[in-house]
Formats: sequence, C-alpha cells, structure tokens
Amino acid sequence: MKTLAELQAIREQMKNKMNIREESEAGTRIVVGMATCGIAAGARPVLTTLSEEVAKRELKDVLVTQTGCIGVCRFEPIVEVYEPGKEKVTYVHMTPEKARRIINDHIVNGQVVTEYTIGAAE
Amino acid sequence: MKELSLNVLDIVLNSVKAKASLVTIEILEREMLEITIADNGCGMAPEFLARVIDPFTTTRTTRKVGLGIPLFKLAAEMAGGTFRIESEEGVGTTVCATFDPRNIDCPPLGDMAGTMVTLISGYPETDFLYRRAVGEAEFSVDTRQLREIMGEIPLSSFEVTNFVREMIEENERELTRGGNE
Repeated sequence: MKTLAELQAIREQMKNKMNIREESEAGTRIVVGMATCGIAAGARPVLTTLSEEVAKRELKDVLVTQTGCIGVCRFEPIVEVYEPGKEKVTYVHMTPEKARRIINDHIVNGQVVTEYTIGAAE
Repeated sequence: MKELSLNVLDIVLNSVKAKASLVTIEILEREMLEITIADNGCGMAPEFLARVIDPFTTTRTTRKVGLGIPLFKLAAEMAGGTFRIESEEGVGTTVCATFDPRNIDCPPLGDMAGTMVTLISGYPETDFLYRRAVGEAEFSVDTRQLREIMGEIPLSSFEVTNFVREMIEENERELTRGGNE
C-alpha cells in the first residue's frame, strides 16, 4: 500500500518552487466542459491530458480549469482557450491526441488549430 | 457512461455545485458493489427531491434536461442493483447505488484515480474523502490529510494530484489482486 509518507518529501521539494509559481497567474486559461454531456463524451481523459502536458512542458502561465455545460452538447468534449487580448477559441469533439496538438500548436507556438474549432465543425 | 467512475464524477460535481465543503465517496465491494456519495451541501427541498430522478428536471440553465442522476439510477437497475437518494435542506444529500458485479450489464468501475484527480484539481478548496474496500481490505484518501501535509501548497498542484493518482492506482491494484488470490 502506498501511504502519505511520500507526500512529505514532495512537499519539501516543492516549497522552494512555490514562490515563482504564485506570481505567474492571469495568463492563458484552458477550460474543459465537465457536465454530464462532456463527461459521457470523454472529457475526463482530455482534461487529464491537458493538465499533464501543461505540467510536463512547465507552462507556468497556463491554467487548466473546468466548467459546466457550455450549451452545445452535440460538440462535446469541448475545450475553450482564453488568451488575454485575443478572441476565445472553441475546440470541439476533443480527444487526448487532439488535446496534445492544441498544447503544442496553439498554446506553445501560437497557431490556432483551425480544423478542430467549432467553426470548422459547423 | 462507459464506466462507473464517470457516473461518480458526474454525481460528485452536483455536490460541488451544492456548495459542499466535504464530499464522501465510498465504493465497497462485497456481495454487491455499493457506491455511496454523501455531501454536506445545501440539500434539496422535498418537492425538488421528488422530481430529481426525472430527466426533465435540472438546475442547469443552458437547457431543460438533466441526465446525471437518471443515468446513474439506470446503470444500477440494469445491473441488478438498487438506487436511493436522500436529501435534507441545509444538511446535505446522499446518493447510494448498488450493482451486482456478476451481472453482465454491470459496467466496470474504471479509472477512479482519474475521477479523484479531476475533482481535486478542479476544486482544490473542497474536501473529498475517498474510501475503497474490497472484501476486508480497504484504503482511503482524505484531502483533509493531504492539506495538513502540504500546508500552503494548493492541492491542485500537479505534483500533488500525480501523487494521488499513483496512490489510488497502486492501492486499487493491491485490493483487487488480493481478492483474486
């Protein structure tokens, strides 16, 4: 059985890094629709992939969050990207693979993946 | 829903929306698989509680159907189990569903680590107690304990959620392996 003992060590490692992280807020927000419709369509693994990629690439000013029903359930899983000073981008029918590409192309390199957006799907 | 852990996630999000400060999730497996989700949120008035298993009842404003509770109830009943919901305004709500694991229509429990990580990372201010038992063996994860250890570090930090994921996955493997021996 894994116990909480290991968590103490993780805390010690993280203590020093914390200060840097707290200051770097209010950047890009990636929002995943997590109502019944999103969950049933596969939003949970999409959210997991987004969080893992952001952590792995150490994207410090990017926040992955959840919301309820976005209102167009037939397009779930839906991911919205909010960047300061830019128009919101809505990605639809998301999968973990597509999520990885959005982090790479859009979040890191600034290129919106047009083919995955709601505009392309409609 | 492909697996029960997704139903659990969906139902617990109702508790979060009801402003619960603590949600207890118990998954006990003996003769039957029993899933109980209990919160200390705002609860429901008797009139609303009576309608809540109806798909055409919802609190969402984007449209007029709410399928979370009906889907969970249907999954339990299809798997030879039962469904029960109790609620009191100002006290909280308890949802309990049982499943017959031998029933062909019983969905797999699935990725409970994924469900708990989704909850903790999305709602780091809410406390979650996850208790899992198979036969006599059990383990639990309590965010109140995690909070005590981590101090000022938010539970939504990737390092913390990753630890929770590994802990649940490893302990789950041990529980189910023990059951097969």
